[in-house]
Amino acid sequence: MKVGVLALQGAFELHERVLHRLGAAPVQVRTPQALAEVDRLVIPGGESTAISKLLDANGLADPLDERLAGGLPVLGTCAGMILLATEVVDGYPGQRCFGAVDMAVRRNGYGRQADSFGAPVEVAIDGWESAFPGVFIRAPVVESTGAEVEVMAELDGVPVLCRQGSAVASSFHPELADDDRIHRWFLEQE
Amino acid sequence: MTAESMTGRETGTTLVKRGLAEMLKGGVIMDVVTPEQAKIAEDSGAAAVMALERVPADIRRDGGVARMSDPEMITGIQEAVTIPVMAKARIGHFVEAQILEALDVDYIDESEVLTPADEAHHIDKWAFTVPFVCGATNLGEALRRIAEGACMIRSKGEAGTGNIVEAVRHLRSIIGDVRKITQADSAELFDWAKRLQAPLPLVREVAETGWLPVPLFCAGGISTPADAGLVMQLGAEAVFVGSGIFKSSDPAPRAKAIVEAATNHRDPHILAKVSRGLGEPMPGLEIDGLDTRLADRGW
Repeated sequence: MKVGVLALQGAFELHERVLHRLGAAPVQVRTPQALAEVDRLVIPGGESTAISKLLDANGLADPLDERLAGGLPVLGTCAGMILLATEVVDGYPGQRCFGAVDMAVRRNGYGRQADSFGAPVEVAIDGWESAFPGVFIRAPVVESTGAEVEVMAELDGVPVLCRQGSAVASSFHPELADDDRIHRWFLEQE
Repeated sequence: MTAESMTGRETGTTLVKRGLAEMLKGGVIMDVVTPEQAKIAEDSGAAAVMALERVPADIRRDGGVARMSDPEMITGIQEAVTIPVMAKARIGHFVEAQILEALDVDYIDESEVLTPADEAHHIDKWAFTVPFVCGATNLGEALRRIAEGACMIRSKGEAGTGNIVEAVRHLRSIIGDVRKITQADSAELFDWAKRLQAPLPLVREVAETGWLPVPLFCAGGISTPADAGLVMQLGAEAVFVGSGIFKSSDPAPRAKAIVEAATNHRDPHILAKVSRGLGEPMPGLEIDGLDTRLADRGW
């Protein structure tokens, strides 16, 4: 299994570090060729506008759309969640979102950096006995989810970890936490 | 950080403050002086903007005392864009920093580009919820700023010159010393701490991890896509571009090209492609001819 990390802008090296620790030997994805070769993809946090423009600049937008439509297993965190959504509320004009998870998200919905926070998140995965340390940095807020979406975790009634088919999106940053359970779980999914 | 160590919602933790710097990696942070410039920066793919009244090249030309920007212009830029907005406070001017925090900026740059307010002390940055970035010319200076609570370091370079030579000197100094420290034995680390005038625990952390405890970005003199590629290949994790974009003949295409260069900094074919037909870069200055060396400010 070849795991890729979208390496255009943002916290891609932190994701690679966790994946390395789990023995996954991740590769950086910056080109359509690299994307074509991976069996699994992580879309990191960063600035979704910047990543969106770089997807266009590097000719990755259409190939990524096709891979996601074809069921490529994907984990999107923060900006990655925005890219996986079907709708970005009050989005930036021309903002890319690929609709792999049927949800509407609001960028920076929790506020500016002063409102960024850490909080324990209870995740509905069998066998998990403790909360996950959620780190929310200018995070997106999930405003609504479609019928096909499984909400795996909520914080104060708002979904923060959502799954539809092989696509998973979190509004927090598992790569910043000293806890690799989400990455481990992602690698174990069929 | 584990969930057991979190008690409900916590803002302003070290992890949350350093976390935003992690999200800016691989990106370009652009100096802007108007909401219109901020829009151009965002449209070009900037990861963040630095809101200020004058870019460093103009501060250098005008002389006099350079201070924090008018809150009205900072607010105007916050309203114009959705990406993070940073702003500068003078070295040691903790009240300017308090005002910037009250304005809800996303990052404060305690910057040598402004005229220092204190000749001995930097701001106690632990006292703030908003994170700080500080400049450094060498590893000792970087570790002193981190000890004071900085959550991101940028090599200083020489702002407003369009000359990359000082940025390269500072990056090579910081990263070169990091490499040497990873080879030092435990007894030598005491000597490193003494020579760097830096706290021993931070020197030990560098020795163990092989890197600074916070991200290392590069500033001061970047004016072409090739400059961005150079400092990124040398080890910078993101770039600040001050005068280099909006003092060039055609800012928007240059801004976009520098963004693409930062991402694709190891691909000379892409660098060649994005470097074509960008018009005139900002006029550059020889370092030896400068009246004021901004990088010397900071203690």
